[in-house]
Amino acid sequence: MENLETIQSQLSQAFSDAYITLVPNPILGAQSSLLIDPVHAVKIATYLKTTPGLQFDYCSNVTGVDWLAKDITEPIPAGSAPGTAANVKRLHEGYLEAVYHLYSMQLGHGPLVLRLRTKNRTTDTTLPSLTPVWRSAEFQEREIYDLFGISFEGHPDLRRLLMWDEFKDFPMRKDYSEPDDYEWEPTAHGAILTKAQAHQKIPTQTKEVTV
Amino acid sequence: MSIMPENSYLGRTSEVQGDILEVSMGPHHPSTHGVFRMVATLDGETILKLKPVFGYLHRNHEKLAEGTSYLGIMPYTDRLDYLNSMTNNWSYALAVEKLSGQVATERAEYVRVILAELSRLQNHICLAGFLLQDTGASGTPLMYAFREREKILDLFESLSGSRMMCNFQRFGGCRLDIPEDWIEKAKIIVENFRVFLDEFEALVTGNEIVLSRTQGIGILKPDLAINAGITGPVLRASGVNYDLRKVDAYGIYSRFDFRIPLGKYGDTYDRYMIRVLEMRESIKILDQAFATLPAGPIIDPKAKNRGLRPKVGEIYSRIEGPKGEIGFYLISEGGPNPYRYRIRPPSLINLTTLEDMCLGQSIADAVIILGSIDIVLGEVDR
Amino acid sequence: MNTITDEEKKELRKAGVLVTSLEEIYNWGRSHSVWPLQFGLACCAIEMIAASMARFDIARFGSEVFRPSPRQADLLIVSGTVTKKMAPQVIRLWNQMPEPKYCIAMGACAISGGPFRQGYNVLKGVDRFIPVDVYIPGCPPKPEALLNGLITLQEKIKNQKISGDNAARHLRSDTSCYYPVPRFGEHDLKPPYNPDVWKCPVIKQEPNP
Repeated sequence: MENLETIQSQLSQAFSDAYITLVPNPILGAQSSLLIDPVHAVKIATYLKTTPGLQFDYCSNVTGVDWLAKDITEPIPAGSAPGTAANVKRLHEGYLEAVYHLYSMQLGHGPLVLRLRTKNRTTDTTLPSLTPVWRSAEFQEREIYDLFGISFEGHPDLRRLLMWDEFKDFPMRKDYSEPDDYEWEPTAHGAILTKAQAHQKIPTQTKEVTV
Repeated sequence: MSIMPENSYLGRTSEVQGDILEVSMGPHHPSTHGVFRMVATLDGETILKLKPVFGYLHRNHEKLAEGTSYLGIMPYTDRLDYLNSMTNNWSYALAVEKLSGQVATERAEYVRVILAELSRLQNHICLAGFLLQDTGASGTPLMYAFREREKILDLFESLSGSRMMCNFQRFGGCRLDIPEDWIEKAKIIVENFRVFLDEFEALVTGNEIVLSRTQGIGILKPDLAINAGITGPVLRASGVNYDLRKVDAYGIYSRFDFRIPLGKYGDTYDRYMIRVLEMRESIKILDQAFATLPAGPIIDPKAKNRGLRPKVGEIYSRIEGPKGEIGFYLISEGGPNPYRYRIRPPSLINLTTLEDMCLGQSIADAVIILGSIDIVLGEVDR
Repeated sequence: MNTITDEEKKELRKAGVLVTSLEEIYNWGRSHSVWPLQFGLACCAIEMIAASMARFDIARFGSEVFRPSPRQADLLIVSGTVTKKMAPQVIRLWNQMPEPKYCIAMGACAISGGPFRQGYNVLKGVDRFIPVDVYIPGCPPKPEALLNGLITLQEKIKNQKISGDNAARHLRSDTSCYYPVPRFGEHDLKPPYNPDVWKCPVIKQEPNP
């Protein structure tokens, strides 16, 4: 497989108005990923599958990731009024992400990692579905919808996979709070102890020992 | 032609107009492999539509792992594909080793291959037993299969302390070293397994009932298989030559001489025969591994297991488990627990084409097709 | 009333006369032919199947056949994690079994949720909805442990009374054999547990000095 920069420039030439960047991965020998914008995702996916030399016909893994909102510090742009602070803090709204790992069975190379990000975690959580390109994404995208809440447009059958249909939450999100059935915890400690104390008084043991 | 008198009800079944019937097979059903539900729409006995329903064993393993240290997740990986805990452990240990930059020792690599191939043997013979149980040979082939499986489980128990949930691999090697007499016992068991396979095949492979119930049933075309992400013996039964032991050559598989059996038609009989042939190839690998096992440390003395905090980054690593490609995707943010921990479940993805394979078949065949895909619900639902 | 001693029974038996009570022989017959339901949820199910295979052979204890239909079974071996999605089906199966029926919770997950206890979809023990007779710890318990549990159940059945206030559940008129099935709620099951079956234990620990 050619290296990622070559593929990135090949894709940028084929789709001139698409936003394709490289997300580096600091681990030695590991795969960096390509972040592509959702509008052109299906076309880029079809291109990756059909172009000779690339022929990524096997989508191995589709993962959902939840990135919470966090404060980031950025240097202020040049030319601002003198006397302002050197850095500015802003709240980076979190987003949900779908990560695709692609391999080629015919040419035996891979993996190519694609990332698609939603605009935010609250109101705009739709992404295009890549199931029409790779059928292996069918159940995995349903699972991401079930557990993270990303709606995939163009998915043939988008409904919950693992939880029951009346379930309302998205459990794998980082801010999910599970139902409170901590009435009886025989050896509670740490966070579980706090949850169990809400139900009945549990005499605390000697001081916490951390390993 | 009718052997019933003309005015009997049975003689006039061709005039009876039927309705479409929707049957929910499962989640409790004696033939499904765990709590798996299939909602089948039937016209008589022919399947028109088949939708699988999952989630009855969803134990939120991925969420639990976000609150557990990297070493603490190892026992949870045993319970994924609960028939092959050794290969699950190896896949996870490989992923964390790549993430944290550690390498397993030479002896540990050989031991991992030995345990993985033993695991493959007991998984495939189990599948053969369960598949024949589903065809209606109630009990007897399963008894033979479990008899051999018990011998391999005894080996696992004497090594790791537990028959099924072994928790044996660590980052940088294995938990314990194997004693000398274990190798001798294992050699005898593998030798007897070869003889047992001949006996099993003589009883089953040419059997008329097995042939008529499995040949031509549930055909899977190779293009659909590749597009649907099918891996493992199901893919190779459709004729696609993709085995991670040869493609990725992880571990030390490149040092062993073994072939990859391929099927021709992609039907249930091919899927069954692929597994029998793979068992024979596994025995070949085991013989070579026993002969060339080197001495040395079983785990890297500088390996870091407890309190491991890998650097920021992500990794996706996969191995060829007995059911297909089992992969782990880990994102680390530098903390003691993984930020995102994802298991690529071969059983779930192999079920993508269940409906395509079952359309037009009778409902009794749906059970056999499901049995030949070899799913384990612990992996499907995690 | 029943003052025949064991020595006298032995003497009579040597003469070819069997002396027993109705309760003893009723319980003896029932306990040695307990037929389980073919019901496996997760990993423990494989050990249950191994217990019914040739090496461990549950058939010699009377459980010759595992019945596929709940209408014909006496014993529900809950082997594996009971998730909240599966819980209503387990209770429906339990309701369909005719009395006298018994339940064995096999494995840590069925007893209390097991290693997956802190999970949003895991029921913290099947005894929140169903009355359990024997608990078998282990993860998974070896087939010998399951056989030990079965022997414990047989002892329990042999000690059941057939009349009076402490009679077995199926012989009393004040107990219902229908257990309400929970519904799927928006975040959890409704109700999360059956208050008639499971009373939350109160933890009393002496703090360490």
